[in-house]
Amino acid sequence: MQHLKKTIAAATLALAASLTTQAAEPVKIGLVLPMTGPFAAYGKQIEHGVKLYLAVNGDTFGGRKVELIVKDDSPGTAGDVSKRLAQELVVKDKVDILAGFALTPSAFAVAPVATEAKKPMVVMNAATSAVTTKSNYLVRTSMTLPQNAAPIASWAAKNGIKTVFTLVADYGPGYDAEGQFKKTFVAAGGQISGEVRVPVKNPDFAPYLQKIKDTKPDAVFLFLPPGAETIAFMKGYTERGLAAAGIRLIATGDLVDEDILDAIGDPALGLITSFHYSEAHKSPGNKAYTEAYYKAYPKDRPNFMSVGGYDGMHLIAEVLKKTGGNTDADKFIEAAKGMKWISPRGPISIDPATRDIVQNIYIRKVERVGNKLQNVELDHVADFKDPGKQ
Amino acid sequence: MTVVFDGIASGLLLFLISVGLSVTLGLMNFVNLAHGAFAMFGGYVCVVLLNRLGVPFLATLPIVFLASALLGVLLERTLYRRLYGASHLDQVLFSIGLVFMSISTAHYFFGAQQQPLQLPPMLLGQFHLPGLDIGVYRLFLIVVGLAIAFALQWMLTGTRFGAQLRAAVDNPRAARGLGIDVDRIFVLTFALGSGLAGLGGALGVDMLGLDPGFPVKYIAYFLIVVAVGGSGSIKGSLIASLILGIGDVAGKYYIPQAGAFVIYAIMVLMLIVRPQGLFGRTAAK
Amino acid sequence: MSRDISMRAEYAFWLLPVLAYFVFGENLALLSQIAITALFVLSLDLILGYAGIISLGHAAFFGLGAYAAGLLAKYGWGDPLLGLAAGALVAATAGFASSFLVLRGSDLTRLMVTLGVSLMLFEAANKLTDFTGGVDGLQGVEMQPLLGLFSFDLYSKTAYWYSLAVLFLLFWLARRLVRSPFGLSLRGIKQNVTRMPALGTPVHRRLVAIYSIGAAYAGVAGALLTQTTQFVSLDVMAFSRSAELLLILVLGGSGNLYGALIGTIVFMAAHHFLADINPQYWQFWLGAALVLVVLFARDGIMGMLRRLVTRGAQ
Repeated sequence: MQHLKKTIAAATLALAASLTTQAAEPVKIGLVLPMTGPFAAYGKQIEHGVKLYLAVNGDTFGGRKVELIVKDDSPGTAGDVSKRLAQELVVKDKVDILAGFALTPSAFAVAPVATEAKKPMVVMNAATSAVTTKSNYLVRTSMTLPQNAAPIASWAAKNGIKTVFTLVADYGPGYDAEGQFKKTFVAAGGQISGEVRVPVKNPDFAPYLQKIKDTKPDAVFLFLPPGAETIAFMKGYTERGLAAAGIRLIATGDLVDEDILDAIGDPALGLITSFHYSEAHKSPGNKAYTEAYYKAYPKDRPNFMSVGGYDGMHLIAEVLKKTGGNTDADKFIEAAKGMKWISPRGPISIDPATRDIVQNIYIRKVERVGNKLQNVELDHVADFKDPGKQ
Repeated sequence: MTVVFDGIASGLLLFLISVGLSVTLGLMNFVNLAHGAFAMFGGYVCVVLLNRLGVPFLATLPIVFLASALLGVLLERTLYRRLYGASHLDQVLFSIGLVFMSISTAHYFFGAQQQPLQLPPMLLGQFHLPGLDIGVYRLFLIVVGLAIAFALQWMLTGTRFGAQLRAAVDNPRAARGLGIDVDRIFVLTFALGSGLAGLGGALGVDMLGLDPGFPVKYIAYFLIVVAVGGSGSIKGSLIASLILGIGDVAGKYYIPQAGAFVIYAIMVLMLIVRPQGLFGRTAAK
Repeated sequence: MSRDISMRAEYAFWLLPVLAYFVFGENLALLSQIAITALFVLSLDLILGYAGIISLGHAAFFGLGAYAAGLLAKYGWGDPLLGLAAGALVAATAGFASSFLVLRGSDLTRLMVTLGVSLMLFEAANKLTDFTGGVDGLQGVEMQPLLGLFSFDLYSKTAYWYSLAVLFLLFWLARRLVRSPFGLSLRGIKQNVTRMPALGTPVHRRLVAIYSIGAAYAGVAGALLTQTTQFVSLDVMAFSRSAELLLILVLGGSGNLYGALIGTIVFMAAHHFLADINPQYWQFWLGAALVLVVLFARDGIMGMLRRLVTRGAQ
């Protein structure tokens, strides 16, 4: 027995030694992102954030050079495609870390691969609350949907909004946003005066806007997939004079993220949202970040997805520094738990219990700053954990 | 009342974005799934003129029409004409190929994000009548849509060109024998279809948005209008658009739970009742 | 003589996947999805290539099979073969029921009715979030080992042999089917729908039968995908899947069972290769390839091969 223990100890030592020699080898990070198709804009922004981190902070993590392998899991919603690509990354490309994941189905489908292959998995966007529960090797650097939906509900209740009409897209994330908003808002004494779920692809909001106008709530809570629908809704909202009728519009910030804010244009002015990142966030870290971003990608604007990618890389870099370049999944996750740093979005940390992100959620208002529309921060809730897991 | 007005406007928007397809698929019997690509081209031309060159919105529309028509001529001369006699399946495959290329091209030049489009103030806002709120841009769409519908209908049934076109589609050989320049007719009609597609795209940007995924995103809507209307009939497309638009808007207003089902359900029901479409001339082969 | 050659070609063809296992051992995940897609394309070939029914909504059956197998496994019946049977049954029932709507009208009408039915099913699956998981996908699909022996592994070894075996079996059945009197009567219907009743063929009943069989095949393919990935995303019912399917079939050459297989291999391999070297703009090259195929090789890859063979023989 004693003998066996010794052998194990020796083997462990040998293994550790082989790992340190391995440290000179490049660390391979497999990025699974939608680079084409309907969510190409997501993949692009996350990739920007990832590459920017390497450009700014150097591409050597814990003594090992970083090698990125990007796989297009377009359309991003097909779990089978994402899973297959992740399998290939592990089996064929022999990556050390899986990262990316713009949308929830892709993160859900890949999580078992991370568990089985014992690879750390860094989720840089997918925002359904339950994502982090799907593998013990999974850590998230973006946000969760309830995390952003709850603060706007408390803010509304505190700021004289008594009745709210909720309008959400008719799909999973929409239901989550609606559920969390209602829960927090009603608990704070508010009243839901109407609710509607609209098709995800919806070219005309006229009937819903009319219904809202006829219901006359104090405010509308909105959750739609960012993109054409949001733009159409806001334009209709202005056109139909809902703002003039005293109906306010509140939402989670993904609706007016910097990537689509210009396309919405002036109808977005005055919109109040809650979110974890704004280009207009005032901090030295963000100033440096946005400047570097514009230098590298003058045609695009930095948004929350790019920051999700940037922070994901920061996490990997810091963890590898701590482990001396060791990417073993258990050690990686141990090192990642409780990690704290100042991101361009403000102070953030990884919850040791859930491996999910803890961050400030800001209440912002769309204003014109210089010649650009910006989400100007008014207020914030500090170190806010995902309420979806409580 | 406002619901009915919105339904009509919504219907005419459907009509506008699919009228180009009514021409190429409906009249020329070419299953042009790349219709959305022409519409997207029109949208981008409009946005570039408006935002980068400062051309007023209304002035961009004729340019959009001409530019899209020109693109249509170019593609017709080089590619499309080779496939007039081909099977529908080949046409589907070919035009999907074009769609893929157009998506990548748009992505390359304009990026994946939504394009901004700011309408001129004169087209914004609403005016109020008792019991009825009228959105100015919606009214504008209705007027333009009806004008195009009537002009096309007149052109098809009331002019020599229309008669020649119908003859050329129904029986190209006999038409040639009668001294009709079938080639020229086809290229002109195709240009018209592409121009209208581009125009519809430009007019639709404000409500539908514009990104590289455009040609695929609304493909079902284009096809629904033409199928329900019956191929070869502008009047059919118009009436189908109106029924779909009003049904969709009213359905969403009164039974919001039904959501996206409404428009598909209308389509399937109408096709069960009238498999050839409302005003189908003959079965497409 | 030529029959002999084609027999040998067939044997050689089915040796390829065995060879591929050893050569592309690191790509088994892709290879098994190629096999599954090939089965799915085959299901469309049966109804389009042999019976002339155009469909833009075939993914509906694929999706039904996928959800049937997924839900079954989620609630405790994780035996793979049972799941396949359930997928086939559910899809066949739906195919049978919808055939009465679909078989009316012209090509364009069929295109639209199939599209409409599949879009409505997609919406239904999207709305029933508690049941299907909606866009987030159906989770908790726990598969038991195949035949109680082989569990599904990270390298997709089990998935590959399993998908391949199912494909081979169903292909063989389809091959027998299309060469039977039933299959021949279908071809007759496709070529001349007005003459067949005069020959005593119950046209409508034949079409209903083949449409249901095609649906069942698609259901099996869907169930396979669920089982090998242990996940169902809403995307299984998406329009893009139906459209891509049609594309692959025409590329390979419809009305030819091997066309379905070869089309799938070429398309998926090209897609994979292009997406790897150019993740952002690969669609452009795919589109260009399609346009070229239509312009210069209208009868698909099988047609091209046939021409090459005849030219070689002369």
